[in-house]
Amino acid sequence: MDVSELQSMAKQERDRQKPHRILCCTAAGCLSSGAAKVKARLEEEVNIAGLTQAAEVCSVGCLRFCGHGPLVAVVPDGLLYEQVTPENALSIITALQGKATEAILTDPHHPFLTHQMPIVLENSGKINPERIEEYIAVGGYQSLHQALLEMTPADVVTEISRSGLRGRGGGGYPTGLKWATVAKMPTGQKYVVCNADEGDPGAFMDRSVLESDPHRVLEGMAIAGYAIGAHHGFIYVRAEYPLAIQHLQTAIHQAKHYGLLGSQIFDSPFDFKIDIRIGAGAFVCGEETALIHSIEGGRGTPRPRPPYPAEAGLWQCPTLINNVETFANIVPIIRQGADWYASIGTEKSKGTKVFALTGKVNHAGLIEVPMGTTVRQIVEVMGGGVPDGGTVKSVQTGGPSGGCIPAAELDTPVDYESLLKLGTMMGSGGMIVMDDQTNMVQIAQFYMDFCRSESCGKCIPCRAGTVQLHQLLSKFVNREATLADLEHLEALCHMVQNTSLCGLGISAPNPVLSTLRYFRQEYLDLIDQGQKSLHQPRVELGR
Amino acid sequence: MPTTIEQANPEHPSGDRRFHTLDITLQRHHYQPDSLIEVLHKAQEFFGYLEEDVLIYIAKSLKLPLSKVYGTATFYHLFSLKPTGVHRCVVCLGTACYVKGSQTLMDRLEEKLGIRVGETTADGQISLLEARCVGACGIAPVMVIDGEVMGHQTPETVLVHAQNLENQ
Repeated sequence: MDVSELQSMAKQERDRQKPHRILCCTAAGCLSSGAAKVKARLEEEVNIAGLTQAAEVCSVGCLRFCGHGPLVAVVPDGLLYEQVTPENALSIITALQGKATEAILTDPHHPFLTHQMPIVLENSGKINPERIEEYIAVGGYQSLHQALLEMTPADVVTEISRSGLRGRGGGGYPTGLKWATVAKMPTGQKYVVCNADEGDPGAFMDRSVLESDPHRVLEGMAIAGYAIGAHHGFIYVRAEYPLAIQHLQTAIHQAKHYGLLGSQIFDSPFDFKIDIRIGAGAFVCGEETALIHSIEGGRGTPRPRPPYPAEAGLWQCPTLINNVETFANIVPIIRQGADWYASIGTEKSKGTKVFALTGKVNHAGLIEVPMGTTVRQIVEVMGGGVPDGGTVKSVQTGGPSGGCIPAAELDTPVDYESLLKLGTMMGSGGMIVMDDQTNMVQIAQFYMDFCRSESCGKCIPCRAGTVQLHQLLSKFVNREATLADLEHLEALCHMVQNTSLCGLGISAPNPVLSTLRYFRQEYLDLIDQGQKSLHQPRVELGR
Repeated sequence: MPTTIEQANPEHPSGDRRFHTLDITLQRHHYQPDSLIEVLHKAQEFFGYLEEDVLIYIAKSLKLPLSKVYGTATFYHLFSLKPTGVHRCVVCLGTACYVKGSQTLMDRLEEKLGIRVGETTADGQISLLEARCVGACGIAPVMVIDGEVMGHQTPETVLVHAQNLENQ
């Protein structure tokens, strides 16, 4: 494959596409709401109406408005239908001929859609993720060509560094710096690993990217391989995401078929292959050293760092580990340049961030906004606030490792530093809205229960600490706690935080500390209620 | 006793043909110890769960200590060392589903089926399980029956689904 072949393939595909494209979201969310039946019915109706020359029905990735699925979009007409049923199919087709439709149309000026800035998700909901031709038609694999034939590996690293891209897995470590560290390691066996073990409950950004645009991740990984001198990549993906795994397998197969992965890509001396490793349900495997152990076939237990994986990772070789969304940002940076990317976002947090907006919110779904957008804008303007006239009590980010943003701080911009200041973190991008009916102590208990069952058991502070913290929180929820328990709870939180081995234990107390910081009164109320009931005379039942 | 590693393509003495399919998986991975998790996934697919015999067989084939195979199989949530029911009824207890009341769904199902989460009904028909987020948070709360994800559940709808399973 050379660049002219790539371009002619792109042209062929664009010529093949029919004037009207009816795009059915068949990502996991819509699929479970019955998207497959909708698509089959639409295909039937197109055939019956004799429109096969003018229109085609395609499977696409996430159309973002997940809470309103199944979704169907029509391009270039710019229509988006929501809650589509197979019975709506006929009227969607007749609408193509200018008739009125019975199906529910989404307002194209809905803030949920207009406030988005798609960079990572630019192809999501536009191309069929199972056809490499459609990815190539929108310029796919041209960045890889550009990197391999017009840039040196050092140029690529410099470009990524200049863009200001930071790790999207949660920590926010500068991506360029990480790449430079691995690139500087002596030549030899090196690995690229894509962390797709999206374990945070309430987060589905990586699943959507993998399901909707898998080639973009493969291309990003290949560019990373070239930049650091690696020839082998692994994608570690959760077993809970069967559709993402299937799309990745198809994508790798197609890329190999066209020589876009494998040996001598674009007739350059660069070889790169990618293997998939499927997880088996362990949250701790999102931690990089645990993930390495899991790829090596063992228990996913972390180990102390240093040495960092950049120095000694998979089978003790230098290893670059980045998250799915980080790799998905590489292609646009190479294509449009570091300066363009660095112009988006805030001073220290560049680019956009994808969030999975869920919980007690009117419009749940996937959003991509520039860094620096306020939480209020996301939750109240885009998400439409809390249903049934409720009010926002807090917004949880960062999953079991993060904390909550209280209603008073909703004007905080989302960037790495501002969220840390509030005692929470960016995390991978789960954003869960909680309304005034939510009991925050119960939420803290819920997260601690999660950490307790996910603790790998290697280090004592985490193994025993999470159990004790959970017991203490249960005392609060059962109204049996005293002020001494509150003191004990805080002390134990700091102990677990300061002495645990890996990120899981270090961050496990965060939801407790965060709720203590903003909702301390709820803890005190529970103590009060318990004390009062103690002084009430016991009623003996049945005597 | 299971066969030893010296035999390149051992026939399992029990005559169970599923060991033969497992052999093909092992061969595809060139008996690499690193492939343990992939092999365990396949073994669970073939056998339904990882019985002791299977673990011993895998340990010998991959030249790994049984302790390592057992340790790995018990470490991950998705590997089961006990047989599960014919139908798997999973309630997602991820944060988004939890905030939208999935704990109530679970309580109702426990009541209805007369078992606790993690258990299987006495007739071996239905296993009630919990998930830590299936990534379908946009349509929370979610339950998964035999691999099919169902969104926007209510205490009433889950009881209907459970009844349908019981009638099957």
